[in-house]
Amino acid sequence: MKDRGLPARISCGPEGSNMQYGFVTIYWRDMIRFVRFKTLLISSLLQPALWLAFFGIAMASNFDAMMAGMPVPAGIHSVGYLTFMAAGIIAMTTLFTSLFGGIVILFDKNWGLMREILASPVGRNHIIVGIALSGVTKSFIQALIIMGFGVLIGAAFFAGYAPLQIVIGILGILAFVALFALGFLFLSAAIAISMESPEGLQGVMTLLTMPIFFASNALYPIDSFPEILRVISLYNPMTMLINGIRYFAIGPDFYALGHHYAFTQMDIALSFLGLVVFSVIMFVLAWWRFRKAVVT
Amino acid sequence: MVQPGPAGDDPIILVENLEHTYGNFKAVDGISFAVKRGEIFSFLGPNGAGKSTAINILITLLTIQKGRAVVAGYDVATEPQRVRESIGIVFQDITLDRDMTVWEQLEFHGRLYDMPVKDRRDRIEELLKLVQLEAKRNELTKRLSGGMKRRLEIARGLMTRPTVLFLDEPTIGLDPQTRMRMWEYIKGVNREGTTIFLTTHYMDEADQLSDRISIIDHGKIIISGTSGELKNTLGRDLIHLETDNNEKAITLLEHLPSVREITVRDTLIVLMVNEDGTRVLPGIIDTLRDAGIEISSINLKKPSMDDVFVFYTGKDIRDEGQGPARPHFLRAGGK
Repeated sequence: MKDRGLPARISCGPEGSNMQYGFVTIYWRDMIRFVRFKTLLISSLLQPALWLAFFGIAMASNFDAMMAGMPVPAGIHSVGYLTFMAAGIIAMTTLFTSLFGGIVILFDKNWGLMREILASPVGRNHIIVGIALSGVTKSFIQALIIMGFGVLIGAAFFAGYAPLQIVIGILGILAFVALFALGFLFLSAAIAISMESPEGLQGVMTLLTMPIFFASNALYPIDSFPEILRVISLYNPMTMLINGIRYFAIGPDFYALGHHYAFTQMDIALSFLGLVVFSVIMFVLAWWRFRKAVVT
Repeated sequence: MVQPGPAGDDPIILVENLEHTYGNFKAVDGISFAVKRGEIFSFLGPNGAGKSTAINILITLLTIQKGRAVVAGYDVATEPQRVRESIGIVFQDITLDRDMTVWEQLEFHGRLYDMPVKDRRDRIEELLKLVQLEAKRNELTKRLSGGMKRRLEIARGLMTRPTVLFLDEPTIGLDPQTRMRMWEYIKGVNREGTTIFLTTHYMDEADQLSDRISIIDHGKIIISGTSGELKNTLGRDLIHLETDNNEKAITLLEHLPSVREITVRDTLIVLMVNEDGTRVLPGIIDTLRDAGIEISSINLKKPSMDDVFVFYTGKDIRDEGQGPARPHFLRAGGK
């Protein structure tokens, strides 16, 4: 694809035009769709809560019973399984929402507005950014619901925090969620613009979610994994996100499932940096796919 | 055949030696044409003739490969952004979001093109009135009929008051009544001063709607002109004959001075005549009778756009793709 009037950098707006906010239009339209489908809206908000309520409580009652006899090292803050996995559920929900966030692009390409958008003066990077921001918004809403609901049913998030610490904790979590969501939304957009059928897209997405979710520390510690799996899990963006969430929601130093978790600020900064690198790479991938895309 | 515009009046679309290739397939094979300001210009051709490829290059959805195209004063190769800002488009397939309302579709378009709030809100009201969708403003698009969707798309194409409106097969899939009404809308829009470029494979659409027509096939423009000019190239009248000895009849008729050209379609002999057919006919009948040839049917008609199309493309648009090199069938009657 030849130049569409896009400058060579991420900074937006075609030359000679004041089209700086094209992504806001894309965002606005995607949010209209989000609130329009009531069943989809409610189920997307309810689903993470249900995970927490059923899977979380069921597993927690088992694990907590098993761990009951084990001695907790003195002076370390110990948390139950529900608290441990609630962070994983936030991450899981963000992963699913983000990976499927690009689907609208495929639908637009086959049956909707994609040609209308591509033929407009709005730059292609704005399409990517608009869709990504609406995906991030959805993930924020879901993350906040899970946090609220989790605390309600007994997850010890922000336990003993002062109000200011809680605000910082929530902001920290949202920052991690945002970066992670952006990365997977860009990936999703890149796949969606390159594929022909929704079925194919569904297949690819399902294939991706499995290893990303299970090769992570969402539901269990990764320390006792076989070496290869452990290394994979360590560099999994999912693990980086969950580290961040646990750091901000539970604290830098806690004990869960017989493991001692201690995060230095450096660890968290590295996780954050890892997510930055991840989403930048995914943006470049998406941008490349969009520039090449020909929809007629 | 193409008349140049009045002196000093630059064409609104100027295309020179445009070529476009997909792999080994040359979809557009060196076409040149010019569209004057304020006219309705049609590309008439069968599916796969290269119409959509050409239109997609002009609206900058496809990158131009070879040749030159200037739309509304801007070169599509160097100023695609300007071209985009100057044109409106109605795509061949419905390009609407089923789950957005009529108003939202127009609002979305206005925002995409960065229209100021006040301007776009006013414009939406104007256009809803124009295409008579005021009562449907809050209706989801999926609840609209096919004709309403098309009208909404035309309204959307006009949102930014474009210099040129591109219509790719604007009435495809619509019922005859709705098609007539669409033509009225299109003519109305044109009267307001918008230049219209449309592609179609409907003869009547090209014939009745356009000021000028280019017949396009296999990526090439075969002939251009007004509907009248195109029909006149076939002579004044067409005479269809069926006899018991066509070969002999043709050798006899070839020499008549009033007969301009003869073609054969299945069992039909088609004569193009330069004079009033009613005056030529008795002579033809006499000639054949004198030679002992039996005439089983005879038909006299004015050349229609169908005849023009069949003559120049060598095929009936309804049997596209399988026509022999010369015409094999001409529907009797025409319009």
